[in-house]
Amino acid sequence: MTIVEFLSTYWPRLLTGTGVTIVQFFLAAFLGVAISLVMGLLKLSPNRMLRGFAISYIEFFRGTSLLVQLFWIFYVLPLFGVSIDKFTAGYVAVGMNIGGYGAELVRGGILSVRKGQWEAALAINLSPAKRMWRIILPQALVNMLPAWGNLMIELLKATALVALISVPDLMFEARQINGSTFLSAQVFGTALVIYYLLARFMITPFMRWLERFMARKLGMV
Amino acid sequence: MFDWKWDFVWEIMPRLLVATGNTLLAAGAGYAIAIVLGLVFALAQRGPSRLLAFVVRELVEFIRSTPLLLQVFFVFFVGPQFGIRLSPWTSGMIAIGLHYACYLSEVYRGGIESVPRGQWEASTALNMSTIQTYRRVIIPQAIPSSLTGMGNYLVGIFKDTPMLSVIGVAELVHTANAIGSEHYRFLEPLTLVGLIFLAISLPAAGLIRLLEGYVRRKLGM
Repeated sequence: MTIVEFLSTYWPRLLTGTGVTIVQFFLAAFLGVAISLVMGLLKLSPNRMLRGFAISYIEFFRGTSLLVQLFWIFYVLPLFGVSIDKFTAGYVAVGMNIGGYGAELVRGGILSVRKGQWEAALAINLSPAKRMWRIILPQALVNMLPAWGNLMIELLKATALVALISVPDLMFEARQINGSTFLSAQVFGTALVIYYLLARFMITPFMRWLERFMARKLGMV
Repeated sequence: MFDWKWDFVWEIMPRLLVATGNTLLAAGAGYAIAIVLGLVFALAQRGPSRLLAFVVRELVEFIRSTPLLLQVFFVFFVGPQFGIRLSPWTSGMIAIGLHYACYLSEVYRGGIESVPRGQWEASTALNMSTIQTYRRVIIPQAIPSSLTGMGNYLVGIFKDTPMLSVIGVAELVHTANAIGSEHYRFLEPLTLVGLIFLAISLPAAGLIRLLEGYVRRKLGM
């Protein structure tokens, strides 16, 4: 079977799989960014309890495998009475995992803002929350965006693991088609190319645009 | 609800420890491949041939932005389609070694580029060949700045070995799943696997940080 015949037969399934992958990506990204922000800020908190909590979270999610976390959330949590469907379990596990990595980026980004900015914000009598939200975070964001670009690609790759708890994403569809046809080179090759196109021609250009946009907004060009 | 059974833990512990050995072996062998191949990729991108540099650059980008899980399936299933049968271990090592070789090549590239230009000029002045310059001047100086990245990816490869479970490599997650489906109990095996991962990756990360400091001091940096 040539690649053209293959694609004309199986494109609907590959397309719906890609759709599920994209939805999983966005949900996990949303959750991951939120967790990163919270944990990154907590790790810089003066309160030892809060700091300890953030450190445990980050070390736990960075110290174990995503696959173990995913299986644990999907197979073990129901034993404690918390049953979540596979679709939710998928993006929650990926998002929580990425949150652990992102928290370190947030922390590094905040620490990279020059000291004068903190002092100036203090001098004009901004409250701590306002100082963080209006002065420090926007500048931290510009500093950490390039690293976030890489993390977003890692996130896209991580979503492939949700196929292992039967979320029908691109990876899952590819495996199903391979199981019924054994056209491995065609199906896995196509799936690899789709992931590559998503990473190279959607995520990377978007993050580049965001970097330029933020830099312009803060007048840092 | 919560019914953790300690006698079950002791019963399955020997099998999990054997599996831990397999996980470490897979990580070690994969890393050994990645270290060598990564250097080849890094040097090929700096070599005299523009075409080769371009091809390697694109290959590295492609492999880095697609999921390792998919690559593992690709290597395992595409061979038999063309009459080449690879064992799960062989295809797993090829996939994970190649994947991390691409990451390491970026680390090496960064390290090599951090060596000041003057070092190249001095080597030319001493009439050293390109190979001699790399081997005796550039690479020894590139190692310290590459160490952080190399260490992070060593821990990274260890945490990615569970992906080999999908093609039947008997590492930790594969064994935990097997135990789980034999006894209809996933709580203990999956939790223990998580703890084993933490117990290895956290001290490993600490050790790498110590080693890094030691090497830097040794080289008077």
